[in-house]
Amino acid sequence: MKLSRKFLDDYVNTHGISNEELAEKMTGVGNEYDSITPLSSATNLTIGYVTSCIDHPDSDHLHVCQVEIKKGEVNQIVCGAPNVAKGQKVIVALPGATLPGGIEIKKSVIRGQESNGMICSLGELGIESKYQSEEDKTGIHVLPEDAEVGDEPLKYLGFDDTSIDFELTSNRGDLLSIIGMAYEVGAILDEKVTLKEDAIKKEIDDIKNYVKVNVQTENCPLYLARMVKNVTIKESPRWLKARLMASGIRPINNVVDISNYVMLETGQPLHFFDYKTLGNEIIIRMAEDNEHITTLDKQERILSNKDIVIANREHAVALAGVMGGLNSEVEQDTKDIVIESAIFNPVNIRLTSKRILRSEASNRFEKGLDPNRTYYAIDRACQLLETLADGEVVKGMQVHDKSNREDTTIEITQKKINNVLGMELTNKEISDVFRRLDFAFKETKGVFQVTVPSRRIDIHIPEDLIEEVGRIHGIDNVQGTLPVGTGKPGKYEKNYEKEKQIRHRLLSLGLNQVWTYTLTSKEHLNEFTNDKFMPIELLDPMLEDKKYLRYSLIPSLYQVASYNLSRKVTDIQIHEISKVYYLEDGKVVEKPVLAGLLTGVATNNRWLHQTINVDFYYVKGIVENLLNYLGLTNRYQFEVGDLPKEYHPYQSALIKVDRNPIGTIGMIHPSISKTPIYVFEIDLSKIYDIEIRPIKDKEISKYPSISKDVAFAFDESIIAQEVLATIQKAGGRLLQHIDVFDVYQGENIEEGKKSIAFNLTFMDNNRTLTEDEVMEIFNKIIEKVTKEHHGELRDK
Amino acid sequence: MNEEMKKIRDTLKKDLDQVQTMAEANDLRVKYLGKKGLITDLTKDMGNKSVEEKKALGKASNELKNEVTEKINQLIETLKEKELEARLKKDKIDPTLPATTIPVGGVHPLTRITEEVEDLFISMGYDVVSGPEVEDDLHNFQLLNVPKNHPARDAQDTFYITEELLLRSQTSPVQARTMLKTEDKAPLRIICPGKVYRRDDDDATHSHQFNQIEGLVVGENISLADLKGTLEVFAKKMFGEERKVRFRPSFFPFTEPSYEVDVSCFKCGGKGCNICKGTGWIEILGSGMVHPNVLRDCGYDPEKYTGFAFGLGIERVAMLRYGITDIRDFYTNDLRFLKNYNRMEGDK
Repeated sequence: MKLSRKFLDDYVNTHGISNEELAEKMTGVGNEYDSITPLSSATNLTIGYVTSCIDHPDSDHLHVCQVEIKKGEVNQIVCGAPNVAKGQKVIVALPGATLPGGIEIKKSVIRGQESNGMICSLGELGIESKYQSEEDKTGIHVLPEDAEVGDEPLKYLGFDDTSIDFELTSNRGDLLSIIGMAYEVGAILDEKVTLKEDAIKKEIDDIKNYVKVNVQTENCPLYLARMVKNVTIKESPRWLKARLMASGIRPINNVVDISNYVMLETGQPLHFFDYKTLGNEIIIRMAEDNEHITTLDKQERILSNKDIVIANREHAVALAGVMGGLNSEVEQDTKDIVIESAIFNPVNIRLTSKRILRSEASNRFEKGLDPNRTYYAIDRACQLLETLADGEVVKGMQVHDKSNREDTTIEITQKKINNVLGMELTNKEISDVFRRLDFAFKETKGVFQVTVPSRRIDIHIPEDLIEEVGRIHGIDNVQGTLPVGTGKPGKYEKNYEKEKQIRHRLLSLGLNQVWTYTLTSKEHLNEFTNDKFMPIELLDPMLEDKKYLRYSLIPSLYQVASYNLSRKVTDIQIHEISKVYYLEDGKVVEKPVLAGLLTGVATNNRWLHQTINVDFYYVKGIVENLLNYLGLTNRYQFEVGDLPKEYHPYQSALIKVDRNPIGTIGMIHPSISKTPIYVFEIDLSKIYDIEIRPIKDKEISKYPSISKDVAFAFDESIIAQEVLATIQKAGGRLLQHIDVFDVYQGENIEEGKKSIAFNLTFMDNNRTLTEDEVMEIFNKIIEKVTKEHHGELRDK
Repeated sequence: MNEEMKKIRDTLKKDLDQVQTMAEANDLRVKYLGKKGLITDLTKDMGNKSVEEKKALGKASNELKNEVTEKINQLIETLKEKELEARLKKDKIDPTLPATTIPVGGVHPLTRITEEVEDLFISMGYDVVSGPEVEDDLHNFQLLNVPKNHPARDAQDTFYITEELLLRSQTSPVQARTMLKTEDKAPLRIICPGKVYRRDDDDATHSHQFNQIEGLVVGENISLADLKGTLEVFAKKMFGEERKVRFRPSFFPFTEPSYEVDVSCFKCGGKGCNICKGTGWIEILGSGMVHPNVLRDCGYDPEKYTGFAFGLGIERVAMLRYGITDIRDFYTNDLRFLKNYNRMEGDK
């Protein structure tokens, strides 16, 4: 809402406080301001009279003018405007003047001719082009005859005004009017508001002879119609145009301007119909599905049965609350006007305007209106049409009124106010607030009966009054306290705590944490998964690449890697824990998932030639470390299996816990990434559900261990995990640890075979093992491996 | 001491000076103290000597033996030290050469702020709870006193999935869920961190996805003063001990009265600078007293209970605290950006 300061001052005495102070005070009570902009910031201007104007001798477009700048004083000014002429009243920027954009006017010599000032166009004064006539846009602004030489031109034009642009909260529809603003400022400054009470001078005939109102929908609780005949359409007076401009609205002609002026003043949008095209019945009804109307902006609109229309017997003439129809528009030759002042269901207006177009009017209808103001506004419009458009006001008004015009009475106690605010306000202090707001009230022993005027449509319940007390009295003096303790310690939600622990483990394993976007493209949606799932799709996506809720985090991590790689950051170790989303039996599932991505060098010392590159086994080490941390030691396996096609088919594995798949690990397929990149993804919902034993102290054996090495040649397709399982099973309780210390193919090994060497550690916690019993187990292991895996013993 | 002994002593002196290595030192020990050594030789012909002479010779040779032993031992000690020194010298490194890189992960700045806030509120008895990101209209709006087609919905343009399902535009629905879930309707003290989504074009100051932390306290006699005190503790913890807070009236449908909360500028201390745009204050969060409709709809009797709620943007806090100027940096994850946050923080 752009507030014209002069418009405001018409209604409340602001004692000349600065615009800045006023804006700050308004912000202090909850009406934040965005900017303060004078209509023109030009200084040192005067009204001049061009006494002569000749062509510049050395230019084909400049003129040398003699301009009277005050009685008896003439300045020579060189002017380039095509429309400058002798006998004009003009706006002169004198030497020393500053124009918007920081232009300073100095005495100068232009092609040999002295120039003491500048004759200005409206643009040079900083007036937006939408407020300028075509003539103004191409040349200097020529003032009317009655302008006095030596006067201040901004004041003459009414441009000595400033707009304060407020960002109002959505509950304060009442502040979308000068009168509402005046009450608010009045409460802040403790000043009374003075409304315009100019009466209509003369009324003729009777409205009943012209038009009737037929409301056919519940969505129009209040509809008023009046009529003004024989208006003269012409330019508005300067003060009216200036008020509109300072409020951000372009002046058109006196009739249109009056409708806008009254809307700005009262907050009540009005609509003027041309009686000639409207006819003698106004019907307010819901539109039919697919009904068409061409609005004032010459756009054809297709309506639905949620839109309210104003119609005559033949067709719709206006889209209620949003915009008038082209067919009943007030035109240059319009004589008789029917004025509409109404209230429509805000929800309908909101839906219609959201779909079709937002306007100054719809914004006000959506936020709600005061029915008493609806009455006030229609009379105000009649009075202005009589005064400024020479109209004849028709007696009477057509009324359809199902609205509630009563003021609301709310009871609130001093105790409740103080309890909620945590203050100790006296009854006097509370009374003062209601008085300043111009709310009638009665107070008995700390109980207030407050009558809230209908203009404050935002106030319904006692808490709303508490807010008013807080706003107007101020709460700067509230002393902060802490809520009385509950005696309970705060805690994390169970899985939230687990997530935090996993995160910290991954950080210690070197994986930076990243945050990426939930929304993804159709293309990425199905990557890195073989699951058949029902994706979740947005109804109204903003961008194609943010259309679905992701099902895997890996595509997001891959994007992060690509971004970094392309900036020559080649060593990347990252992870993210986030949710993924899908539908299951029509219900939304939000599944917590962990994903990691690694590439490049893990640890490095180049001059020592010690480099560990990230590879499959490094990433596997990270995953194993995490699973061990989660208490799952000996319960997980990495299995070769069917992996999503984005993985390298021979460098990838399923991660299983207790034989159930919980995730995937592997190298990204080289056809996707030339750089070797390794990723893993784990479904944390499955991890969270696994029961984990508490930590218990373990005795460390006091007895020596015995170590044996053995190597077998296997078929090269052998899976290490299977051999290890056989060894562990055959080794039993005393086989405490198995390590693989060599994997070899090549010389001395038959083609198609692979040698794997194991180091086995035997130990008992209660005694020293004998060589014989260890050998017995060892031989059993060799026998089993030889038999079950066709292992050929190579060395022991 | 006889001539022979004196001679041994003199020879020893020369021999000691000549020895360079441990091997030579050992040879020397054998030469003097061995079974066939020079000192043993002295007492070889004891048979011809008188008892007196034997006694005297024995004593003298013993003294000499002790003397020689001590000198050779001394020499060996010195040589050992020399050899150790020589060996250590071979291990000499240049400690100024570059170190081996050790991989270590850094926490994302958004998590860092979140955890700091969580720790603070847990210490004040709050539970950390979460809720779904795919919400329904009921919890995201209606139970928060924002009926369908309420103009306040404009401020949070929302991603819809169906007519009823949406990506939550705020963490406030977790308030409603927690109140509804609390069977005995006992006093509550929670914070709810999480992702939220709004239909904004991504630019330096807008992100279609960001994070909020919602706080809610419900109890008997909870007042605005409690809200103020709580947020003062928060502001001091996050932005430094000297910080003050200021409440500016505002409007949120789910609180009444509602306030925007400003914290005194931590850069200029309130004098006015580019961070606070000259005002001395920085807006950090929205808050207010829980609207009686919200309490009632979530099963709490507004006659008995009051409450306060607040919601803050984590990105905003992080941007203010670290001077980050582009919100997209959090989601781009340039490792050079993240690296900057991989350390302890200094005093605020």
